[in-house]
Amino acid sequence: MTNHYIDFRNADVILNMGGNVAENHPVSFKWIQAAKDKGAIFIHVDPRFTRTSTKADIFVRLRSGTDIAFLGGMIKYILDNNLYDEFYVKNYTNASFIVNPKYSFDDGLFSGYDPNKRAYDASTWALEKDENGIPRRDMSLQDPRCVFQLLKKHYSRYTPEKVTEITGTPVNDLLKVYKAYSSTGAPDKAGTVLYAMGWCQHTVGVQNIRAMSIIQTLLSNMGIAGGGINALRGESNVQGSTDAGLLFHIWPAYLPTPQAQLATLADYNKTTPASKDPRSVNWGKNRPKYVASYLKSLFGEKANKENDFGYGWMPKLDTGQDASWLNLFDEMYKGAFTGFFAWGMNPACSGAHSGKVRQALGKLDWMVNVNVFDSETGAFWKGPGMDPKKIRTEVFQLPCAASMEKEGSISNSGRWMQWRYKASNPPGEAKPDGDITYELFKKVRALYEKDKGAFPEPILNLKWDYETTGHFDIHKVAKEINGYDLTTGKLMANFVGLKDDGTTSCGSWIYSGSYTEAGNMAARRKKTDPTGLGLYPEWSWCWPVNRRIIYNRASVDLDGNPRDPKRPLLKWDAEGKKWIGDIPDNAVPPMGTDGAYPFIMKPDGVASLFGPGLKDGPFPEHYEPLECPIEKNLMSSQRISPVIKIFEGGLDKFTTCDPKYPFVCTTYRVTEHWQTGVLTRWLPWLIEAEPQMFCEMSNELAKLRGIKNGDRVIVETSRGKLEAVAIVTSRFKPFNIAGQTVHQIGIPWHFGWLHPKDGGESANLLTPTVGDPNTMIPESKAFMANVSKLTKQPSQPAKKAAKS
Amino acid sequence: MTVMKITRRTFLKVSGATAVGTVIGGLGFDLSPAEVYAQELRIKGAKETTTICCYCSVGCGIIVHTDSSGKVINAEGDPDHPISEGALCAKGASSFQIAVNENRLKKVRYRAPYSNAWKEVSWEWALEKIAANIKKSRDASFMEKNAKGQVVNRTNGIASVGSAALDNEECWLYSKMLRALGLIYIEHQARI
Repeated sequence: MTNHYIDFRNADVILNMGGNVAENHPVSFKWIQAAKDKGAIFIHVDPRFTRTSTKADIFVRLRSGTDIAFLGGMIKYILDNNLYDEFYVKNYTNASFIVNPKYSFDDGLFSGYDPNKRAYDASTWALEKDENGIPRRDMSLQDPRCVFQLLKKHYSRYTPEKVTEITGTPVNDLLKVYKAYSSTGAPDKAGTVLYAMGWCQHTVGVQNIRAMSIIQTLLSNMGIAGGGINALRGESNVQGSTDAGLLFHIWPAYLPTPQAQLATLADYNKTTPASKDPRSVNWGKNRPKYVASYLKSLFGEKANKENDFGYGWMPKLDTGQDASWLNLFDEMYKGAFTGFFAWGMNPACSGAHSGKVRQALGKLDWMVNVNVFDSETGAFWKGPGMDPKKIRTEVFQLPCAASMEKEGSISNSGRWMQWRYKASNPPGEAKPDGDITYELFKKVRALYEKDKGAFPEPILNLKWDYETTGHFDIHKVAKEINGYDLTTGKLMANFVGLKDDGTTSCGSWIYSGSYTEAGNMAARRKKTDPTGLGLYPEWSWCWPVNRRIIYNRASVDLDGNPRDPKRPLLKWDAEGKKWIGDIPDNAVPPMGTDGAYPFIMKPDGVASLFGPGLKDGPFPEHYEPLECPIEKNLMSSQRISPVIKIFEGGLDKFTTCDPKYPFVCTTYRVTEHWQTGVLTRWLPWLIEAEPQMFCEMSNELAKLRGIKNGDRVIVETSRGKLEAVAIVTSRFKPFNIAGQTVHQIGIPWHFGWLHPKDGGESANLLTPTVGDPNTMIPESKAFMANVSKLTKQPSQPAKKAAKS
Repeated sequence: MTVMKITRRTFLKVSGATAVGTVIGGLGFDLSPAEVYAQELRIKGAKETTTICCYCSVGCGIIVHTDSSGKVINAEGDPDHPISEGALCAKGASSFQIAVNENRLKKVRYRAPYSNAWKEVSWEWALEKIAANIKKSRDASFMEKNAKGQVVNRTNGIASVGSAALDNEECWLYSKMLRALGLIYIEHQARI
């Protein structure tokens, strides 16, 4: 999130799209209600009428996978009706920037496409620079090659009539949403968007969010109280685990994982974001300091200037290598790995195309599975269709402590890092994950000390000294992450003092300032609220530097006065020469006519209406999901995104416009369960409330298929099938897509064969191996399925609820 | 009529005083103070520990009550928490059942190749065997140079997924270990 949960209350209009906030982030709804109580309009856009919809002032439906068409229509509406904030668009975005003359867009393809590689050469998307390397601009926004004019041209095709044909949303419903939301384009109005996996889990996931970012920027809703782009993330610490670099492409704090062509630290540092524009702060230019300090936190005294701080000991990807989830399990299925950790995860139910994932686990020599309860992953070898006698994989199941049985911090979606204390001991021999990691690495190191083995340097040189009086001490790790001034031994106050010469260490620069000489900032519980906006700067701690709303200098005018006097987030105190309010997004003086731009993490200093850094184009464009109900994309000749990776052969199958699988299917959650149910299915109170797999469908579809409410049904795709209880409901309604009736069904993804015995199977047995070209997040929210009444007896009798 | 919601805390603050609003239940008289009193007895003398909910990313505050033996006896919303203000959803309100649950994994278990059953083993035995497996897989699959002859120093034969269920410090430490071991296939919930 750029903003935070309490900030919802500051909005005039709230749009929840690609999510179901009332059911999946229930407590946050109190801040939506607080906004509504002050007169805010709440809009919900979703394929299904949910509890969120019941609270909405405006609810409209759209077919899964058509969000860009919907939002593209809104961009056109805003531009056609001059509802954008002209000052903001001219000064704080790249609307005035001039694009390379070779840039073009024609019939679904941007310039530079290579059909053989299924990839773009993005060089023609570049923004033009003058002889000093500064972006060329036309502040009148009239140049036909300026971003603003290209934006207008691109979205001129997204007429309400065309959008309706694609999305199935009636024109009047579209216009209701467009009108309400674009009312926030005034400087004293705030609009916020809350999204979740309903936007991410598509082959156009990144561009869904880009499309909304364009809207938020046109309407001056970025960097203000009550605005922003706000991801309602699904896990309590998925923000923190991402920040910690538990992904193939990033080290902690979003430092890119080095690739093979970057042989030395100097080579790596040459890729540091650069800007020649003196008006761009380009905070990313500080990266060499953060990299050197990170390496110091890894290797301690063994890291020095002469050895590149141990850069050479770190693993490198091949140039352009993608080691993300879908490729990981594809490689595992092909037998590439002998060992595997499934640590605090249940991929046998959470991975797209789980049938393939389960087969892949059988190709390993060994697997370590760490969890609070037993899971379909740890027990895969005795799952449905498995013959233990034929499965070689050794499995170690390690019991771990639950969250209240250990100490440490987690980061919520608003980037608040909150400390948790230990209430009780874990049961039996279970241990905190940190203790397990700490002890395991000591064992590995002992083996390498005894018998060196392959390239022992990174193992032997790793700084691994987090004990106090003989016990693992999580506070020592927290301090390591915050960082030290190694010349004084003192904890860093924040990342501003970090250096690239080896005199500072810092495990994650964005967390620098979280555990200082003044104490553990994440543990703070003071409820002061000096701005009155609910920022609570002394409750916990927030990255970066306790800044509660990112890009907050975009909330002021050129003189540093709040553009929205009702919600003053920042104000320049000219006498004291300082900012009052939130921690400013860089403490430079007001922008004036030649000062620093507000978007300090963007190399050009401004928000990107035109985004040349993505793999699938600088403007979001509608493409159909890999599996879709219509033969032709009504927007262009490219049915699907032209750059997605197609997994073919083996267990990977997909079917589109196939009468055997005629219905759009989507997955979602219920309030009482979480993720694969790996925790919640074992809790008697929760499993009694939501005991088993179900499939929701419209009255019209049920009639068509001869299904009654409560019947057992089979839901099937070309990859797998599962049993479910039919819920026949008016929450779903058929769509009219270009004159054709399209039905949509929906299933929750919380179940699995292990427990409860009659609860049903994982929805991911049905989902395809395909992902967004930028992130490779799987497309779990739109695929094609069939549903039919179960004619034989169910394999196990249905019970109301499991007893534990 | 003024309707005032009585939480356990507000009840304790006003107990003894009569200026409590009236809540009319189905019986036609107010049961809330009695219920609150009963609740108070259950956790009397208990130790309060603050934590944050382990489910979604809102970050609601929870107070965990433990008795004198250290056993969890209750978990409820933290009224002082600025985001949740004492509220919890069905999952958060069931946190107690994570701590007190006969289904919890309590022992280290091992499934040998081709076996159809778990065997309980000691931590020491398991960690030593896992460490030996790591070394064997790493040494057998370690690549110093790729096909182009570029130095890559990586372990091709081991992959990891996890975890957003870990604390920040644990995530960082786990990431540190995996990268020192040379892994590049490092993924977790954020990707899916």
